[in-house]
Amino acid sequence: MTPRQRRRLKRVAVNGAGVVVAIVALFPVYWMVLTSFRRNIDVKSQTPSFLPTNATLDNYREVFDRDYFWTAMGNSALVTTIVVVLALAVAFLAAVALARFRFRGRKAFLIVVIMIQMVPAEALIISLFQVLDGRQLTNRIIGLSLTYLIFVLPFTIWTLRGFVSGVPLELEEAARVDGATRFGAFMRVTLPLVAPGLVATGIFAFILAWNEFIFALVIMNRPETQTLPVWLQAFNEGARGTDWGGVMAGSTVMALPVVVFFLIVQRKVTSGLTAGAVKG
Amino acid sequence: MAVATPTTPIEVRPTTVDAGGRRRPSALPYALLLPSVAVLVIMLGYPLVRLVTLALQEYGLRQVFGQPAPWVGLDNFRTILGEDYFWTVLWRTLAFCFANVALTMVLGVLVALLLQALGRGMRVVVSTSLIVAWGMPALTATIIWQWMFDTEYGLVNWALGRQGESWLADQLTFFMVATIIVVWMGIPFVAFTVYAALTQIPVDIVEAARLDGAGARDVFRHVALPALKPILLILTSLSIIWDFRVFTQVYVLQKAGGVTRDTNLLGVYAYQISIGQNRFDIGAAVAVVMVAITIILTLVYLRAMVRTDEEL
Repeated sequence: MTPRQRRRLKRVAVNGAGVVVAIVALFPVYWMVLTSFRRNIDVKSQTPSFLPTNATLDNYREVFDRDYFWTAMGNSALVTTIVVVLALAVAFLAAVALARFRFRGRKAFLIVVIMIQMVPAEALIISLFQVLDGRQLTNRIIGLSLTYLIFVLPFTIWTLRGFVSGVPLELEEAARVDGATRFGAFMRVTLPLVAPGLVATGIFAFILAWNEFIFALVIMNRPETQTLPVWLQAFNEGARGTDWGGVMAGSTVMALPVVVFFLIVQRKVTSGLTAGAVKG
Repeated sequence: MAVATPTTPIEVRPTTVDAGGRRRPSALPYALLLPSVAVLVIMLGYPLVRLVTLALQEYGLRQVFGQPAPWVGLDNFRTILGEDYFWTVLWRTLAFCFANVALTMVLGVLVALLLQALGRGMRVVVSTSLIVAWGMPALTATIIWQWMFDTEYGLVNWALGRQGESWLADQLTFFMVATIIVVWMGIPFVAFTVYAALTQIPVDIVEAARLDGAGARDVFRHVALPALKPILLILTSLSIIWDFRVFTQVYVLQKAGGVTRDTNLLGVYAYQISIGQNRFDIGAAVAVVMVAITIILTLVYLRAMVRTDEEL
């Protein structure tokens, strides 16, 4: 084999491996969407077809008409909104402190922030349920939202800290030379530069809260207080493998916004991810 | 971003405090941290303390209905540690965790090397696909795989020509399915992080090694691997911490046909005892053991972090 042939062979092998990885990564998602548009009779066919044929919206109609779907959707929307707003507001202050000041206890706080993300929710849920129940906060949107801050806040603090540090202090100092107050300089110089970071972090906080399953499963145990993931799993359990079209339509409704958002922000929030951000 | 830095610092307001802590300390940073600390103490600190006290009390159905909870010392721990089943679940959890971490790390590094070897166009295609898999919520990912492994109409049975095979009913194949889901979701993060680290390795070092006659394998072993060591350490310890607490995948697959007793992992087990059987005391003791193991694992992780992150 000439070196040229060898190089070409290597190219083909590498690209082939790339195609395999891409298919393995994408196929389950493709299959979810495909099934969601399938007629029940085609879902139960003995020889599956891999292309969209006889597409139907029946499964989506079924999902939208199902009991408590819109309630769950509303609950999820409300919880995620509260979590994003609270987390960004509270974490931003902490991020400024961590990025702009050197003070005693700073390092300890950073380490605690990392450690908190390691505490398994599965372990905490037992006593948290007790604590919330004792204060009539179970089955309440605010109870769940505050719970979500446990894992959303550390991630948000860590990521925002990175974004604030990214704005050179000299810019603020320059504004202050021009007569701005410390606060004014921060608001007019640093805040606009951090804004894209705030948006990216907010979107990621949304994803974390939207996906969360375990806390919601335990804390919101009534049909009318379920969030979307809990609703979906109840649907999945109840269907017992007889309504894959419907279950996949429900999964698509829940997963698609998340995947799209994640594609947008993935690059921006990576630093927070290596620092131990929660994983589903 | 180009910023003009004045060569002679001009002291505008000598009383203010800047990064670097050169001037007098101020209460401002503490005030800024206060809301975060308050939320974390109330929502996390208090439940953690309550978890430990629960584990030291008798707390069953009667206590749920308002009876006082007597202190029992370490009895709950004695109960679980004396139970064979607890040890079975603990070892099973550790075995599952390490198998998943090993697979995720090896495949993740391979995918990272692949990303590096690919041309620009293909790299965009592959990484976009990986981000999609990464972004899938754990719950929906599990439900999709549950559908693909479905006994009657599942794609896997069709592809293997094994109609009617129920993968979740058997312990070993149950954990195989769970592992596929966990690894499928875990690879992208490892792959991207390692790929990012690979691009940081100076090209001239690699070229120098090549000139000295090193093959691709030697370059990987003697140049890339040492350079990647810190990030690999961080990723491994993070993966261990994450895979140690796998819950959603196992919970959903159990509901889909797994035999609970054969397939319990520590997290699901603690959940069942407490929420399912109202034995909050025993469940809390299991959870305390879980947290203790996590803390040990986290310390290893922190050591790795402190070494690489100059901020810490």
